[in-house]
Parts: sequence; C-alpha cells; structure tokens
Amino acid sequence: MTQLALVIDLNVCVGCHACVTSCKQWNTSGSAGPLVDDQPYGADPTGTFFNRVQTFEVGEFPNTQTVHFPKSCLHCEDPPCVPVCPTGASYKRQEDGIVLVDYDKCIGCKYCSWACPYGAREIDEERKVMTKCTLCVDRITDTKLPVAERKPACVLACPTNARLFGDVHDPDSVVSQAIRERAGYALMPEWNTRPANHYLPRRRTEIPVHAEDLVRVDNPLKIDGSQPEPPHHGAGREDFAT
Amino acid sequence: MNPAFSVVFLTTLIGAGQGLFLALFLAELMGFGAGTPGEHALLAASGAVALVFTALGLFASVFHLGRPERAWRAAAMWRTSWLSREVIALPAFMGLVFAWSVAHWFGSAATLWIGWLTVLACLALFVCTGMVYASIRFLQEWASAFTLVNFTLLGLASGFLLATALAAYAAPEWAGNFGLLAFVFTVAGGISRGLSLQRNARLKPKSTLQSAIGIRHPKIAQRSMGFMGGSFNTREFFHGRPAGLLRQIKWMFLVGAFVLPLLLLALGLVNGVPGLLALAFVVQYLGLLAERWFFLAQANHPQNLYYQVVS
Repeated sequence: MTQLALVIDLNVCVGCHACVTSCKQWNTSGSAGPLVDDQPYGADPTGTFFNRVQTFEVGEFPNTQTVHFPKSCLHCEDPPCVPVCPTGASYKRQEDGIVLVDYDKCIGCKYCSWACPYGAREIDEERKVMTKCTLCVDRITDTKLPVAERKPACVLACPTNARLFGDVHDPDSVVSQAIRERAGYALMPEWNTRPANHYLPRRRTEIPVHAEDLVRVDNPLKIDGSQPEPPHHGAGREDFAT
Repeated sequence: MNPAFSVVFLTTLIGAGQGLFLALFLAELMGFGAGTPGEHALLAASGAVALVFTALGLFASVFHLGRPERAWRAAAMWRTSWLSREVIALPAFMGLVFAWSVAHWFGSAATLWIGWLTVLACLALFVCTGMVYASIRFLQEWASAFTLVNFTLLGLASGFLLATALAAYAAPEWAGNFGLLAFVFTVAGGISRGLSLQRNARLKPKSTLQSAIGIRHPKIAQRSMGFMGGSFNTREFFHGRPAGLLRQIKWMFLVGAFVLPLLLLALGLVNGVPGLLALAFVVQYLGLLAERWFFLAQANHPQNLYYQVVS
C-alpha cells in the first residue's frame, strides 16, 4: 500500500521560507478557495498556512547550532485526528495515505485540531472549516502536468533540495533510502501516531587536513634540494594511498 | 487550551439537567407521583426544567461550530468519535425527558419504563461528554478516569441541588431527601475534583522540545516560530492568562462550587428557607462555570512546544 510522505533534511534546510510561500501560493489559488489572510497589512495580521519554518538554537554558546525546522502535517499512519471527527470530514485516503479534510462536510468544531499533538491543523476563519496540508493532492495527481512537476509545491520550491517526496512504503524509493541510510526519524514517537513524514538529522561536516597531506616525502619539488627540506618523519598517509 | 465558553456552558448546563432528571426519577421510584395528580404535574413541570437546561446547553454548543448549519452531519461517525456519540446521546436524552414529562402530565402509566430508558440515555450522555475530553491521550490533564467521574459527580451535585431548591418551593417534604443527596454528591465531587487537581499537579509532560523536533540535546531554545502575527495555533491552544490568575480561579471554584453551596444548603435545610437553597444552586452553578473553565484551561497541549517565541 502506498504512503506518500515528505522527508525533510535538517542538514541542508537554510530556513529561507520558500516552502512556506510556495505552499501558500499554490493552496490559496486552488479550487478549494483562498486561504484566509486577515489584515495582512494591519497591526495584527493573521492567516492560514499549511507549512511553517521554525528556528531553534541547540546547545550553549559558543557551541550552538541553528536548526531550521519546517513543520507541516505529518500524514500519520495512525492519525489521531481522523477517528475523532464526528462527521467523517477528516479521512485518510486508502490509495496513497494522505490525510485530508472534506471541506463540504466539516462543521468547524475544531475537535480534530485538539487531537493533533503537532498542531498541524489550522481553522480557516473565513470558510469556517478545518484546513491542513494536502501534500498538494491536486498537483501530484494531475496527469496534465509533466511527471517531474507532479510533486508538492514546497518540494519544487526548495532551493537546497531539503525536501524529498515519495512513497515511504516502497523500500526502493528515494525517501525510504534516505530514511534508512541517514537515520530518518519521526516526531513525538511517544504518542505512537507513526508519522509518515520523517526528518533527517544534522550531520557533522568536517574536512580533515593532516600534516602528511601537505608534506609528501616523495615530493619531487624537494628532491632536487633547491627548496629547504622539512624534517622527515618517515612515510606519510599519502604514501599509502594506493 | 483556550477555554471556549460554548463548551463551558454546554457541559455545565447539560450536567445540571441530567442530575435534575435523575433526582426526579429517583423520587418517582421512591413513591412521589403515585398519589395525587398534583404530584404528576409537578414531576412534569420539573422535567420541563431539566429539558430547558439541556436545551440551553445544546444552544450554547452551536456557538462552538464554524458551520452550525451542517451540525446534523455530526451524528455520522458514532463508531469512532466520542463527540459524535455525544451528539446522538444529547438529543436522545432530551427526547426521552420530554416523553417522560408528557407521560407524567397526562398521568400515563408508561412513565416508569420511559424513565428507565431516560436513565440509560442520561448515563450514556455522562460517559460520552467525559470521554470527549478523556479520550485525547496527549492532553494528559484530561486523559484520566477523573474526567468522567468529575463530570458525572458535579452534574449530579448541581442537578440534585436544583431539585432541592425546586422541592423547597413546591413539595417541601422532599427537600430534605434531595438535599441530603445533593450534600453527598457535592462532597464526593469535591473529593474527586481535589484528587484530580493533585494528580494533574504531579503530571510530567510526555512530550518535550527534544521529542518535538527530534534532537537529543538538553539545551534547546526556540528562536522563531516562523511568523510574527498570530495564528490559530497561538490562539486555540493556550489561555494566555498568567499562572496567578489560574491559581485564583482554582480557589474560586473550590470555594464557589463546593464550600459555599454546602454551607448554604445546610443553612437552608436546617432553617427551612427556600431562598437559601435557590441561592446555593446559583452559587454552585457559577462555581462550576469556573471549574469547567479551569478544567479546559489547565490542559497543556503538546503543540504549544512549537509556538513559544515569536522571533
């Protein structure tokens, strides 16, 4: 069974919010109607977004890391928001595992948002229904688009390729490989919601430079004696490279 | 959570209505209404009072919905949703109370079995109302058997207190019986609410900033929630009041819902003053409004971990 999901690489996310704005742009232009923007130029603007990029500082000065953390619906495999819906407006699609809201059935009781530990659902104050990330279901299933563009807007917009999209149940998919090989993890595992979206952790980036790499015993420039000869300590790393 | 007044009024009003009906039916089982037609009319009129309370609760609940015109759809998912079950149980209870009252009005013999059916619907409604909150496992303050017990006991307490006040005006010889049970339920409700406050004070949140973003480091601080204006996430899940105000409201409801009504009830019963009993009900109801507001506000939603710092 297919379970579409995003895998977000925290190692390369630079926090540019391109996924936020492209998400808003795509989803406010769709057939479901605009996502509300209340007083966008006023003193207290507010609006509905399906995706946010948050910033956390990990560690203590001077050993700190700034982690940019994009957050949208995780399309849980066991979504707690779905069974609580009294009308059946919230549902998880059998064919691809996307958690969706039927805007024509939603009564706006907000109970599903209480039942989501991640705060992934936002009520649309104008349409008075619950809204959430749809994984751009109207894009990824649109056969009129070229295959390469049948991806969520946020994935296409990401300049650092921090967002991968695919079927996490297919062991050979890009996302499954990324989760497997780069220790992809789920958020708040303590609630057993089994999020389909995964995050790839930060990796330590090092370029090791050894003294032996800079000075080779068989450096031809030094053999003729025209350059001052540094002290030899026997064979270096490079001498064993092959 | 940010308490919605629609929910505060819904749960307290239907609780009082349910308790009142149970008091009336208990009186019927104990022989009230068997004699004069006047007693039948009295039960019918009191049943109507219970109906008014539940109807007001239902009316309040409509204000919680973004699309009240679609409310009928909420009965669809009773297999999985406690909210849906509540949506079915409430009108069922109201319909049965109406039938029971009408049966009494016409002096029908069917009141007994209608009454038993209504008791079933009433208990189901208590369970459903409590489970709406208790079933959300990550709202740890709510996810406990105390939620069900408190909703039930506090509903019984206010309903029996209302029955005491009504009886004091219309059938004074029954005020003592109702009053005694109102006393018992209020004390029991006070004890169980106190125990639940104690439990909640000891709770340790299961979710932490570490599990929320999946980084195992003891020092993590949010620097930006990603936007500078407000959003649904910043409005719905936190009451936004200082902790001191919450403590004050806790003491207010402990005094208002339990201590004062018990004193007024005892004074009213001993001296036989119906006004004091009516006052006891009003004071307790106001106390229960504070109690329900506090209950909703106290729940700490794990999503708040993601929304701590504007920028």
